[in-house]
Amino acid sequence: MAKKGKVTVAAAKGKGKAMARPAKQLELVPAEPQARPARGNAAAKKVEARGRAVPAQLAAVGPSAAGPAQRSAGAKAGPTALGERTLEAPDAGAPAAAGPEARAPRRRATAEQMAQKQREISISEFFTKNRHLLGFDNPSKALLTTIKEAVDNSLDACEEAGILPEITIEVRDLAFEASKTQELTKGEGRFVVIVEDNGPGIVKAQVPKIFGKLLYGSKFHRLKQSRGQQGIGISAAAMYGQLTTGQPIRVVSRTGKGKPAHLFEIQIDTRKNNPVVTRDDALDDWHQEHGTRVELEIVANWQQGQRFVNRYVEHTALSNPHCTVHYLRPKQERLSFPRATEELPKEALEIRPHPHGVELGALMLMAAESKSHDVKGFLSTAFSRVSPAVADEILKAAAWKGRVRPRDLAEDRHLAETLHKAIQATRIMAPPTNCLSPIGDELMKKGLVSFLHVIESEGPESDGDQQLDLDSAGTKKKSRKEKEAEAKVAEVPDAPPEEGVEKIKGHNYFIATVTRPPRVYRGNPFQVEVGLAYGGSWPADKPIELFRFANRVPLLFQKSACGMTEAIVKTDWRNYLLSQPKGSLPVGPMALLVHIASVWVPFTSEAKEALAHYPEIIREIQLAAQECGRKLATHIRKKQHADYQAQRRSIFELYIEEVAQSLGKITGKSPAPIKREFLRVAEQVTETELEEQDKALKEASDKVARNPRRRDEDE
Amino acid sequence: MARMDAVSKQTAAKIEKLAESVMRSVKGGKNPFVEIPIRSLANVHFDARKGIVQLGKQRQKRYFFNVAMAKKFMQTFLVSDACKELVESGKTTSIRDLYYITKHTIGDTRQNTFEEQDESDPIIEDLEVALDALREELHLFASRKGSMVGPITIRDTGDTIDLRRMGSGGWAVPSIVEENVIQFVRHEARYILLIEKDAVWTRFNEDKFWKRERCIILQGGGQPPRGVRRLVQRLHHELELPVYVLVDNDPWGFYIYSVMKQGSINLAYESMRMAVPQARFVGLSSFDKDKYKLPANVAIKMDDGDVSRAKQMLAYPWFKDARWQREIQEMVRSGMKFELEALSRRGISFITEEYLPRKLKEKDWLA
Ligand SMILES: Nc1ncnc2c1ncn2[C@@H]1O[C@H](COP(=O)(O)OP(=O)(O)O)[C@@H](O)[C@H]1O
Ligand SMILES: [Mg+2]
Repeated sequence: MAKKGKVTVAAAKGKGKAMARPAKQLELVPAEPQARPARGNAAAKKVEARGRAVPAQLAAVGPSAAGPAQRSAGAKAGPTALGERTLEAPDAGAPAAAGPEARAPRRRATAEQMAQKQREISISEFFTKNRHLLGFDNPSKALLTTIKEAVDNSLDACEEAGILPEITIEVRDLAFEASKTQELTKGEGRFVVIVEDNGPGIVKAQVPKIFGKLLYGSKFHRLKQSRGQQGIGISAAAMYGQLTTGQPIRVVSRTGKGKPAHLFEIQIDTRKNNPVVTRDDALDDWHQEHGTRVELEIVANWQQGQRFVNRYVEHTALSNPHCTVHYLRPKQERLSFPRATEELPKEALEIRPHPHGVELGALMLMAAESKSHDVKGFLSTAFSRVSPAVADEILKAAAWKGRVRPRDLAEDRHLAETLHKAIQATRIMAPPTNCLSPIGDELMKKGLVSFLHVIESEGPESDGDQQLDLDSAGTKKKSRKEKEAEAKVAEVPDAPPEEGVEKIKGHNYFIATVTRPPRVYRGNPFQVEVGLAYGGSWPADKPIELFRFANRVPLLFQKSACGMTEAIVKTDWRNYLLSQPKGSLPVGPMALLVHIASVWVPFTSEAKEALAHYPEIIREIQLAAQECGRKLATHIRKKQHADYQAQRRSIFELYIEEVAQSLGKITGKSPAPIKREFLRVAEQVTETELEEQDKALKEASDKVARNPRRRDEDE
Repeated sequence: MARMDAVSKQTAAKIEKLAESVMRSVKGGKNPFVEIPIRSLANVHFDARKGIVQLGKQRQKRYFFNVAMAKKFMQTFLVSDACKELVESGKTTSIRDLYYITKHTIGDTRQNTFEEQDESDPIIEDLEVALDALREELHLFASRKGSMVGPITIRDTGDTIDLRRMGSGGWAVPSIVEENVIQFVRHEARYILLIEKDAVWTRFNEDKFWKRERCIILQGGGQPPRGVRRLVQRLHHELELPVYVLVDNDPWGFYIYSVMKQGSINLAYESMRMAVPQARFVGLSSFDKDKYKLPANVAIKMDDGDVSRAKQMLAYPWFKDARWQREIQEMVRSGMKFELEALSRRGISFITEEYLPRKLKEKDWLA
């Protein structure tokens, strides 16, 4: 689980009990070994941030609300972590963290001295220190993160409410609008980001907290597939806006016909992490029957950040074919992605955690909260797939002598460990998978088609790994002429329509999609999907475009650190007739979409930019890629065959005329009979050669089919 | 049809025979082919005894019904047809001309029979080896470049020409210099000097070096064309004159010398008629920079291509001689190359008045 964190909280539950547990507190200190992102140092900081973030969360909702999803964040904290929340200054945490490794036994500071340094940190301080973890590292990225937080919320809300979303995303360049010059702001400047949806709206009383309080959300505490899974939250964007421009976030929301729309302006009291409403007006009229509009003024860098926003918008439209997206940018035509289907995604259900995914600390935490009187009751209510009979089996494996109550588990690590082992040793049915909502084969196809329709006007961006580097300025885009030239080249052999081939803007694309059955890693259900669009105007001599998605959210950064990339690189695409340099993405005119849907997507870091490298997940992605690859190979082979035949016929027919003329002249004979004889031979030769060619192709395909590459294990 | 001499009749018959063999194959329902000796390094060997590069025995079949070969097969017969017409009409033309003669659009496509002259030139060479007919016998000549002056009188297609009175430009060496075209009348030359570059040759001519030294000076504008090479060989054999070669001190210069000496890989089938195994390399040597005190700033740094080219040469069988190995190794070691013009640093006529006379006097050459 990526969400492990150490919690350096001097916790004191109620009666000061925790103070009596120095030993346990110490245990909390060393950071859990975990999949680390490349930026080692940043990762360490991230972990700390997470640890600190938790208590703030609890501040908002209270300990009893700390649901199972919390398990990892609070994992090692145990029950003692609950209660008083002191946010230590980061400096105070450092000596403690060095604890176990410290060689010199000489005491440097007493607990009392240290206590003087321990103080509350304000949320703005926290934000400022950790803005890179939250996606606000620099003005280019902040622009994207702001848009992303708002759009993800809109999509989540619509999906939950069962509304077909129509979302408008607008970016305005304030200096440009004020100056009347024709020049957009170069580099940093003030921008307004507006995201409007036709979702369910937000009840008036909730608006201030949602937008004016950091780490306040509805999705953190439940095990359910959603975009805002670990929600940094829209309020972080509001915070960023406030810190950089001093402007409050503006929100208009309406929950239905006959109800008034409300306009809010909300500031964040950065000391108390509380909303301050500076404006609250009921609007007489608002054009949306229901929905929410969020406006943020932020310091951003449109010049550098726009290509990421473009990509995010395009890819969001691709992975949400049920959504209509309008995209308005300064000085550019409005871009609209009409929805490709009227069908809402299957509703993702909330589930209880599966016992095989639970970690020891989380187990203790859950036990502490349990209202059951016995462990059997606790197990069967808190977890999915634990019937009373299964619970009995687990208890039998635990082989406890006396009576054990859930409360005892919460307090006795040894007891909890026994139970944890017993759980792992017991066969338990896989978790329910109805909690997942994949895009689905058909919709992925439709999404790809409409995506290609719209983005073609923009031209596919092929900046490879450069996309990881926000700081390097925009890549040189191809000129229109170059693009037109490319288009012409690609157009020549217009393959006859074939199953899976879509003609889009004059180009033929072969589209194939695969949705794998749901699987489980560490008790978490997940599902992998892969789709590809081959041919058309994609460049044939460049690495393929890899589009990565987690719960329908495009992942735009850290491509090379991502488990999805690893899975695709490890797949042998030469089996599917693409070339592939060793240890690299395949090369060919193709875009490949990889999507993972899960109640808990494991990321390598808080930034949620790259999938962690779980073997179970990598393998599923590979299987999906292989399945898609086989479809691709069939297509390529057919196409090669057709091209080859056409080419041969025309070549020989063309040249026979010439050869017959020359031979006729040299020998002084009439060319017509010579030509006839050549044509006669042509037929025989062509047939035998084609047979040979067919045989070779068939052999190649058999080889691919035979090549197990872990394929059979699964079927 | 014009009157044909015996050679021409023979050439025309060879072309006809080739065409007929193809037609026979097709009639028999077989995939027709042309058999062509391979003209690549793999099929070339150095005959150490004769001192020339020769073509081996490997042959390659060029089929018509083969996607990769069909176009070349067709081109081969377009060229054959054009050559037969030339031979029969008694006309000669340039290989560039032949490219235009045979180039046209195929059917109603946008494809041409030949896109570039680069495509038709190798077909001509293929045909020469396939028919065992020289280019001159096919009535073709390569681009003409090269000039010559010296104490010699020749006859060119009936005109008597005194090469002592050719002014500043010299006599332009034609590309066909066979006995039936060029004859040597009388001379008082002691040797032949082939100079790589036109500009340096001009210096020698202006300084009347040939008069003072009694020698024939030629230049071939870089890699000498067939006409120049053939003429040098004839002068060497028929007048029994030694041949000296003066080239830049760089791999390309060495290569020019080696082609003069034992033939090129590409034209290995004609080495017998072109090569002068006794040709002597007088300079620029890699050691001249010290001997003739050339300042470092007239040197040019060798690039990667130069270096790898030089290293390749170390492996050529005809450069196996220890002195040649030293020569090339010194070039690689110093990483520097020198143009002939670098000698002008020591005076504009240094090359004609001091450098070459001293070289010859000291017999400071490689063979
Ligand atoms: N556009 C919206 N429409 C309806 N509800 C919203 C909208 N934006 C946010 N919310 C509500 O506010 C909550 C907090 O959002 P946020 O701070 O982004 O955290 P998260 O998305 O992780 O829950 C959401 O869970 C959702 O219930
Ligand atoms: Mg959110």
